[in-house]
Amino acid sequence: MRQAIPFLLAVAMWTSSAMAQSSSLQFPASIEAGTAFSVPTSGSGPATLYIVGPGDALQRKFQLGESIAFGADDLHNAGHYLAILAAGSSTQSTQFDVVASRQPAALSFLAKPSRLPVNLPNGVSGVAYIFDVFGNLVLQPQQVSFELSDESGAEQTRTADSHDGVAWVRMNSASKAGSARFQASDANVRATRIVQEVPGEPCAIHMMATPATGQRVLLQTEPVRDCNGNPVPDGTIVTFTETYAGRQSTVDVPLKRGIAQTELPAQAGALISAASGVVLGNEIRWSAR
Amino acid sequence: MTADLGNNPSKRTGRLLALVLACATVALISMGTVWPNQSGSGVADPNAQLIASSSSPEAAVDSLLDQVARRDWNSAYELLGNKGEFTETDFVRDLTGAYGSLRSYASLDRFDTQSLHASSDQAQIRAHMLWSSVVGTFEDSRDLKVVRNGSHWQVAWPLVKEAVVPPQVIPVNYLRWDVIYRGAQDDWGAQDVEAPHVRIVAMHPVDRAGEVIIMGEILNEDVVPAFVTVKATLLDKKGSAIATEDSFDKISHVLLPKQVSPFRIDFRNVSMSQVDSVRMQPASNLVPASADPVIGIESQKLAPVPDASLSGQLVNQGGQVVNVAHVIATFYDGSGQIVWVADQYPSRALLPQTPVPFLISLPADVSAKARTYRTIATTYISSRFQ
Repeated sequence: MRQAIPFLLAVAMWTSSAMAQSSSLQFPASIEAGTAFSVPTSGSGPATLYIVGPGDALQRKFQLGESIAFGADDLHNAGHYLAILAAGSSTQSTQFDVVASRQPAALSFLAKPSRLPVNLPNGVSGVAYIFDVFGNLVLQPQQVSFELSDESGAEQTRTADSHDGVAWVRMNSASKAGSARFQASDANVRATRIVQEVPGEPCAIHMMATPATGQRVLLQTEPVRDCNGNPVPDGTIVTFTETYAGRQSTVDVPLKRGIAQTELPAQAGALISAASGVVLGNEIRWSAR
Repeated sequence: MTADLGNNPSKRTGRLLALVLACATVALISMGTVWPNQSGSGVADPNAQLIASSSSPEAAVDSLLDQVARRDWNSAYELLGNKGEFTETDFVRDLTGAYGSLRSYASLDRFDTQSLHASSDQAQIRAHMLWSSVVGTFEDSRDLKVVRNGSHWQVAWPLVKEAVVPPQVIPVNYLRWDVIYRGAQDDWGAQDVEAPHVRIVAMHPVDRAGEVIIMGEILNEDVVPAFVTVKATLLDKKGSAIATEDSFDKISHVLLPKQVSPFRIDFRNVSMSQVDSVRMQPASNLVPASADPVIGIESQKLAPVPDASLSGQLVNQGGQVVNVAHVIATFYDGSGQIVWVADQYPSRALLPQTPVPFLISLPADVSAKARTYRTIATTYISSRFQ
């Protein structure tokens, strides 16, 4: 009897193997995310199908010989999947791909920088990532159009073909300061970002000096503008410096309503200058009156 | 097993030594009682028991400053000889300042005295007081007149009256930036506010007294305020890091648009011979900030040795009381290269339109090289943190 046991085990294994061979697993090689499909099976008896993919794991119990149906939402993460059919003690496996839908549903749009000086060639970069409705990167080439429009209504438009789901362009900043709308669109999908185009360095600083009360001199700049005529933003520091008889007085004054204004001691013969960052303004020799 | 019978020679020597130590202790205590310490310096110990003495001008000053160190204002005031000239409140206000200034949170760490002049019934003594505060120590020097009153001496305190601004309304157009950052719920592609663009516009490493000091200037070239830090890493010939430090408080951390701040980074226990290169890492963050108050730095003067220093006055041109001010100065040689960066925290609060003096001491060798300088002031206002 003991000699018969190995023989019986071998027969059992052969039988289960034959049964597994009779149940074939025929997945399509590639499935578009979000599409319903079914997989026919053959054979008989209960079986379990396991599907493992990126971010997904499914288990289905069914009878061999029936078709296994998958709904539109069952497999939606693009990537490589492994299907394992277990029937009795036998298993069978196959592999297939889920690819992104061809229809773009969302754009992730990176516009950099969000703030830059006016008149900067190729200063703005726009990168659009194209996704389907399930958040899969659409790898098929798409034509994406980019549009940068400033506050005056002037527009720059460029188109770019996507590569591996990404399209990008570089644009120039406008000469007029303000908020620019930067938009990327693909078919009916669009994303908008706001880019602040800010004035550049002060072009010239012109200062006036007038007597003030209490032996003080009132220093005031004219409205400070950049070289494109844009008013330099309030808060920008203008440094006033007064030198006289081996002494020096300085004050950092923020622009308010376009001008910087302060008072310093009125010293006969004092040399007074103004500067902002690395830009120098005019100099005044103060004489007693 | 052995028994100690008490006639061991080493034990006899120990007893003799104990006897000698006991006699020496008694002798020293007696000497200290009969001839107490007459040196003109004191260590302020707030917990010390006061033995008030006014048998000499120096003792009278020491007693007074001991009470000040203990913050026992009432006892200190009672020791004064010119109480009729001011109230105890004025006296306390002189020493501890007002408006939450640096003095308000300082304590007298130590003091020393120097006799300038003495006669049988009057003396002049200079008291150097070293106060410790959260940002380091500051000095306060007063020339004290001490007068004999019967058998004891009393100090006439030279009161420095702190200015008081009369009640008034000062209209100020404040300029302020507030920031809204991206939220956690935003798409990963959504924009966030851009960090301000800052740039190091000058950098000069020096070897000084066996340590490396890196000095420079940083510019906020953006149109928004920036919170800046500067970190430096010293690298050896193999490119390995020797040490990393940042500028800590030797910088104005909040820079308004187009504002320039000096910075200084000290590397202790590193000599220049070990260093092959320096990696500078300026960093900036966009922060809410206010453009006010504006601080004028007036009447600055560079004094040569022996009292090499930069002195001047801070004038608060705004309407808000500045509790603590910080002055940072950059010194340049004849070619415009940075030779030193130094700072000082004036101990008094800055009241509107009220000058407050400052003085930044300079090493003698730096004083010889410094031709020009540039000074900035930063402010700390307690109400902004509430």
